[in-house]
Order: sequence, then C-alpha cells, then structure tokens
Amino acid sequence: MTAACPACVALPERAATRDADPDVVLHLPDIHCAGCIASVEDALGRLPEVREARVNLTLRRVFIAGANITPGPMIEALAGAGHRAQELDTGRLGRQGNEGRDLLMRIGVAGFAMMNVMLLSVAVWSGAAGATERLFHLISAAIALPAVAFSGRPFFASALTALSRGRLNMDVPISLAIALAALVSLASALLGGEQHGWFDAALALTFFLLIGRYLDHAGRNAARSAAAELAALDVSQAILLEGGAERIVRAESLAPGDMIRARPGDRLPADGVVTSGLSDLDRSALTGESKAGRVGPGEEVAAGEVNLTGPLDIRVVRAGRETALSRLTDLVATAEAQRSRHAGIADRAARAYAPVVHILGAAAFLLWLGLTGDAWRALDVAISVLVITCPCALGLAVPAVSTVATARLYKLGLLVKSRTALERLSEIDLVVFDKTGTLTTGAARLRGEPDPAALSLAAGLAQGSNHPYSRAIVAAAAERGLEPAPVQDVTEVAGRGVEGHSGGRRVRLGRPDWAGPGDADPDGVALGDGSHVTLFTFEEEPRPDAEECLRMLEAHGYDIALLSGDASAAVARVATRLGIETAKGRMTPEEKAAWLEARAAEGRRTLMIGDGLNDTGALSVAHAALSPGSALEAARSLADVVLLSDRLEPIATLLATARASTVRMKQNIALAGLYNVVAVPLAFSGHATPLIAALAMSASSLTVSLNAARKLA
Amino acid sequence: MNVLAILIPVSVSLGILGLAAFVWTMRASQYDDPDGDRARILDERYDDDPAG
Repeated sequence: MTAACPACVALPERAATRDADPDVVLHLPDIHCAGCIASVEDALGRLPEVREARVNLTLRRVFIAGANITPGPMIEALAGAGHRAQELDTGRLGRQGNEGRDLLMRIGVAGFAMMNVMLLSVAVWSGAAGATERLFHLISAAIALPAVAFSGRPFFASALTALSRGRLNMDVPISLAIALAALVSLASALLGGEQHGWFDAALALTFFLLIGRYLDHAGRNAARSAAAELAALDVSQAILLEGGAERIVRAESLAPGDMIRARPGDRLPADGVVTSGLSDLDRSALTGESKAGRVGPGEEVAAGEVNLTGPLDIRVVRAGRETALSRLTDLVATAEAQRSRHAGIADRAARAYAPVVHILGAAAFLLWLGLTGDAWRALDVAISVLVITCPCALGLAVPAVSTVATARLYKLGLLVKSRTALERLSEIDLVVFDKTGTLTTGAARLRGEPDPAALSLAAGLAQGSNHPYSRAIVAAAAERGLEPAPVQDVTEVAGRGVEGHSGGRRVRLGRPDWAGPGDADPDGVALGDGSHVTLFTFEEEPRPDAEECLRMLEAHGYDIALLSGDASAAVARVATRLGIETAKGRMTPEEKAAWLEARAAEGRRTLMIGDGLNDTGALSVAHAALSPGSALEAARSLADVVLLSDRLEPIATLLATARASTVRMKQNIALAGLYNVVAVPLAFSGHATPLIAALAMSASSLTVSLNAARKLA
Repeated sequence: MNVLAILIPVSVSLGILGLAAFVWTMRASQYDDPDGDRARILDERYDDDPAG
C-alpha cells in the first residue's frame, strides 16, 4: 500500500497480525469511546510480551497477538487502567463467517453495474433509437450479464435447492424474473428486435433483494456472535489431582475416574462422587432451590452446582459431553430446531405469493400469445409482469423492520436471537416467571431486626466466608452501619459454619444445632457464644426493579404467573411481596412444562422467563422464551431473547417493541402489495415499460425502508 | 454522435473505478468495526502514524 504523505513512507510496515489468528481475545463490556480504545491499547502495548493489541469497538473485544501470552496479566493490566475484562474462549467463539462480506461484495457489484446500465437506459427512454439504441442494449448486456451471474448467485442457488426438493420458495420467482429478464433482453438485443431492454430491471431487482438479504444476515449474525460470546465467557476449568499435585486443565479434557478438587466458589466441572471433604452446594441453577444443600463423602454431585464453603475432592463419573448438564444442552438444541420451524410473517407471505407470481406470468404470456400470435410481444409482457410482481419490497419489508427493532432492543440490553422472536413475542398474553435467579437475585437477605451487637459479631465471623447466608449477614451489617466485631482465629468448618474467638469466648455461626444447644431449625443460621444463641433467618431479595416490571406488565394487560422448584413457603413469600396471584412452588421441571402446555391448550400464548436447568423444559415448550444473561448456557441457548443487563424492566419495553414492530411489518407487506395492485394491471395490459418498472420498484423499496426507519411507538 | 465513442468508455471505466475502490475498502477490513473507526478519528495517537 502506498502512503498518502511523503513522510509516511519512512514508517515501518504495519504489523501483519490484524488478519492472523489472535492469541488471546478479551471481552471488554464497558468500553464505549475513543479514550477507552487508546487506554486499552496503550495498557496492553506496554506489556513486553504483547506484539499487537487491537480493539474492536463494535464487538467490544480486544484481539491480542504475541508469543507465549496468557490472559491473566492482560486482565490485571487492564484492571489497572480501569477496564473490566473477561477472557473469551476462542475455540468456542468460532471463526467469523465470510458470508456477510460475500453478500456486501455482491451488493457492490450489482449496485455499480446498475448505475451504469441505468445511465444507458435513461438515454434509451429519452429517445435514442435505431443503431444507438441497439448499441446501448449491447453495452448494457455486456455489463449486466456478468454482474447478474455473479450477484444473483445466492438466489439461483437457493431456488435450485428448493426446486430439486420439489418445493417452491420465494427465490424461485425471483430467479426466474432475473434470469428471464436478462436472457430475453439479450436475445432481443442480438436479434435487433423492437422489444424493451430489461437489463436495468434485472440488476435493480438483484440489488434491492440483496440489501434485504444482507440486513437479515447481519441481524442474525450479530445475535449469533453475541450468543457465542456469552457461551465463550464460561471458560470452564478444573483442578486435576495427580498423585497429590494440583494441575489446572480444561473441563472438557476430564475423563471418568479422574480425581478433581473443587475449591469454595467453583462451579463443578463434571458429575461425580465426593471422596473427601464437607461443603455446601448451591444447586439453584439446577433445581431452583434457594437453600444451599450439604454434601459429604459418598454423595453424588452434578456439573453446574457451585461449591460454597469447603474444598471437595471428587471422583469424576461423567465428564465433558456426558454430564447431565451437557446432555440437557443437546436436548435443548433439538427443541431449538423445532421452534425455528415456526413460519414468520415473511415466510407466510412468500408461500402465498410465489404461486400467484408464476400463474400471473404464465397467464400473461398465454393470453398475449393467443390474442396477438406474437411470441416476442407475449414474452415481453410476461417479463414485465414477473419483474413488477417480484417481491422486491417484500424482501425488504420484514428484515428492515426487524433490523431497526433488534438494534433498538440491543441498546436496552436485550439480545434477540431468533428470527421470528419479535412476531411470537407480539402474540404473548401470559408471562411466566421462574423465581430463583430470575425474579430474585438469588442472593439471600436477612429478615427482621436482630440485636445490633449480635449482628456485628456475626458479621465479624462471616466476613471470610463464601456461603450466601454469610454474605447476607455482612451486607446487612454494612446496611445498618455496623462495624464487624473483631474476631480471632476464624476457621470455616465445612458443612457446619464458622467459628472463632472474640473477647475470650468461643463463638460459632452456623447450623443451629452446631452453634448452640438449640433445636435444629432447618431454615437460617444461629450465632452461639456458649451461653446465648441468636437465630438469623433469611429471605430472598427480589431484583430491585422486579415489582416495577410486574406492575408495568399488568398495566399492559399481561397475566403473570410464578413457577418455581423452590419450597412452597419461600415461593409464597416472594409472590405476596411482589403481588403475584398465580404462584406455584415445588414444581419439577416436567410439571413446569406440563403447566405451560396446559395453558397452551387453553389457547394462551406464554412467555417463559427462566434461568436454570429446571426451566429448560418450560423454556422449550413456551411460545417464546427469555433468560437472563447470568443463566446457564442450556437455558440461554433455548431463549429467543437474552437479557444482558441485571434489570428486568426492559421486558415491558421488549413486549411493546415486539408488538409495534409486528404491526410495522404487516404495514410494510400491505404497502408492497399496494404497489402490485396498481402495477400488475398495467403490466398485464402491456403498458408497463422498463421505466415504469424501475420507478415502481425503487419507490416501493424506498417506502418500506422509510416506514421501517420511522420511530417505533 | 461521435462523442458517444468517448463518453461511453469514460462512464464505464468510472463505474469500474468505483467498484474497484469499493472492493479495496472491503479487502482492507474497513467494514469490520464501524463504531471503532468512528472513534479512532478522534485519537491523536494516529496523527503521526496514519497507517497504524
């Protein structure tokens, strides 16, 4: 590449790493401006091992190339510069497809060819005749035929596939119109016929339809890459025990029989049996239970559970693709394929439209042949019918609206994954929530007003612990402005609680029957100092905007239900607090799905919102599904929409946008149809010229694009 | 009408030139990060090294 200024020639060649595979890819959720790009690239560039770091602001990622680099120091360097960074698993991210680039190239070729041919056509329309007209037609043919052959490939290929399976799709009439228009015009130009040249129409059709296809592709690609990014964020690692030594390996490389260690805070990487250690497990992602369960040697544990209090040594029974969690993910993929068969508005319109176009074209040809006996004239009329009825605007009508709506929702933190999600969401009348992790944060909250001295002592003990109840106690103390009391020799007794010394007494915080001579109340923890016992009980904390979101949904006329796998009392508490009338606890995953199917049989259209493995069945049978970004991968991959922020409030906006955009899609299809109602009789009666066709096509495409870009209510 | 003998090749080659420019921008990855490119123009680090 030559540089534009003389001084630039002296610069070294640009590092050729940009297109090479980066060694580390980090996700930067917070970057948004020029300053962020500079500070990220500078912070990374200062590290000696980094050869090149390049930020992509659109994807919010930084690609780092270098020899022997590991993500750890990079993330630290970025934290020092004030940026949050997460490692992305490049293997799961997959290579970015070239389909978008390929479509852009075809759009470019069709566009430039169309401009040139249009220039020549304008001369013909304004009166060039005789030899000049023929010359212009031949030049147009020389430009248009290669351009159509190259740009129209996606349509021809899809039409051929459909025909070879004995089906009709929208690409069949499109291909027929493009190919017939180009070939017949070529024949007429070569033979010196008096017929119209349709080269510009063939190119304009290809151009507008390719834009529709590109919008459709770009929208789906953005959602897919964001979904892949969410999946790639769970870089799951395991600590493998080999002859007493610990080694960190990828979770996929584990095999049955391996010994692994799970430290407090780890998500278990495989199914197995505990061989030693005592701990509490957070199973809420799998069962919806908000209370942690205790495990000890000989008990079975499953991948996806989170170890809370003590280290566990586990013998792996099933690993990688064999775990219960992964098998469920596979089931989920099947369910996903089933739902994508839901025919969208565009498909339904196309299915009704394609035969009509063919019948009209054939009828025009036969009618004119019968009336005039002139095959050329009849062919000319048939082409004008095909070109004018060709669903140029129809191809743009739906993708343009969904591109606008999806981009708007993305800004609100909603990732629309499925093509037909907006249409299905617009039909919803019942919104079903899961409890743990969806309506609630999953974190516990202290109930009532305990004695401040006891709370401060409990906070002192709880400070170092990972258990959700410990964190709730520390948070409650901070909320009330209490300093945690100083406690010495704090040790965590796995599966029981925490103990230490304060003021010369031994104090314990943990299971009531362990902390003091109390009875074993299963819910809550006790603080015992040898003589006196204080009991703390907990409730779940609803998300801060849960109530607001529910009131907004109710105001818009949606019914609300709560289905949870948690204990009925806990469910009832949350339901009362949030004012939900239909609330069911102790639901197994099968019962949840059955409940939704029963509602569907009553004619209700349900939106299921859930995050755990126990919701996957319900998510797959619901009319539409949504899950928070913090959900398990299985739940996220089933969801049509993923909520990227921690807030629930965008759900109401999502449903409103879905309704508004579906109305807009229908409007657009009606608009496109209106042009046909006017233009088809004109074409059928033989009055349509290439000029009229070009005007109708451009005007209808412009109208639907502008209508799509109009502000959504 | 002889003017056409000049004007048509000129118009066609202008079209080809435009297409070539478009193909070049695409090969040079200019459509991969529209948001980033919009921001980078404000960054003075490139003032002395426009290619970097």
